[in-house]
Amino acid sequence: MKSLMVILLSAMLTDNFVLSKFMGICPFLGVSKKLDSATGMGIAVTFVMMCATLVTYPIHHGILVPNDLEYFDTVVFILVIALFVQLVETMLKKCIPSLYKSLGVYLPLITTNCAVLGVTVLNIDNSYSFGESMINALGGGLGFMLALVIFSGVRRKLEYADIPETFKGVPSTLIAASIVSVSFMGFSGLFS
Amino acid sequence: MAENKNSLGKELTKGILKENPTLVMLLGMCPTLAVTTQAKNGIGMGLATTFVLLGSNIVISLLRKIIPDKVRIPAFIVIIASFVTLIGFLLEGFVPDLYDSLGIYLTLITVNCIIFGRAEMFASKNGVVASACDAIGMGLGFTLALFLMGSVREIIGAGQWMGLTIPVMSKDPMLLFIMPAGGFFTLGVIIAAVNKLSKKKTPQELGCKGCPHAETCGKSGGDCQ
Repeated sequence: MKSLMVILLSAMLTDNFVLSKFMGICPFLGVSKKLDSATGMGIAVTFVMMCATLVTYPIHHGILVPNDLEYFDTVVFILVIALFVQLVETMLKKCIPSLYKSLGVYLPLITTNCAVLGVTVLNIDNSYSFGESMINALGGGLGFMLALVIFSGVRRKLEYADIPETFKGVPSTLIAASIVSVSFMGFSGLFS
Repeated sequence: MAENKNSLGKELTKGILKENPTLVMLLGMCPTLAVTTQAKNGIGMGLATTFVLLGSNIVISLLRKIIPDKVRIPAFIVIIASFVTLIGFLLEGFVPDLYDSLGIYLTLITVNCIIFGRAEMFASKNGVVASACDAIGMGLGFTLALFLMGSVREIIGAGQWMGLTIPVMSKDPMLLFIMPAGGFFTLGVIIAAVNKLSKKKTPQELGCKGCPHAETCGKSGGDCQ
């Protein structure tokens, strides 16, 4: 139980996917302008990460490893994620239209979010058990959401700041991200 | 013929400066930030990406009339992932050091927006030779940007450069620069410098240009919200 807690918290804080592993930078910079879209994207990513882990883990250990096909990991995983995103989108549209309305726009963008592929590959690389993998996916997703939500607050303030012409737009956003990243460095050494 | 050659040359060089994928079009940020703690890793990552980009661009442009429009995204993904697996094997066999230091980011070339973006925007609409030139140009531009990032971070953060020790910097290197925070900072400053040098009137915004879902998303314009 304790080790699961450590995995959850370290995926969220010390090894935050966005701020220390640099995965999912594109949505981090693109969707973090408003708080509600940041939250929506975060929930969608967490959901897809967990579902992707749920599917890829049995595929890796049940089909690929017994047949010595581990090198197909990348191809199979990305295909599973792409299909899965499509499936979730269709299902939400039919079954829970209200949720689809709020998450729908973010779903297609998730296929090319490297954090999702990253978490499935990391689970295999670290040889986590099924439970640990799911917790790692949950922590990764929550950490992603945390980074997005915090950063959307920073960006709102940034809009009113008087920034030199050259630094307007992406450069200032990146430098702000660097400062947020420094604040996350404070968590390092929390678990040894 | 001369005109043809001219346009091929343009495809080749546009990626290096005018449409540099990382510094101007702002694609492929994840590897740019993640592996550039050393100049050497930057070059390795850049060349690996160039290889995948070249392979996938050629194959996709050859198959562009065969792949039905509806399944093109999964088809592209499979082609790209196959090339990533291939370069993984090659690096593991011939350059194990680089393979170890790139780690998971090698696998993540699969979801690099540059490759997907070029497949969608260029290779699926143009001939093989033009696509190959485009891939080489974009790949070199990416490699150059990564090398620049890696050099800055390695010199300031570790006081070394490509195995050489920099006399003044190595005494008290600013460790922050090889940490994640330094990556964001360095990239921000480099993009600002590029903005200044190219004297752009309007500040750069993250656009839907390279986004493979721009069509389905329907929210073309400044941001993908």
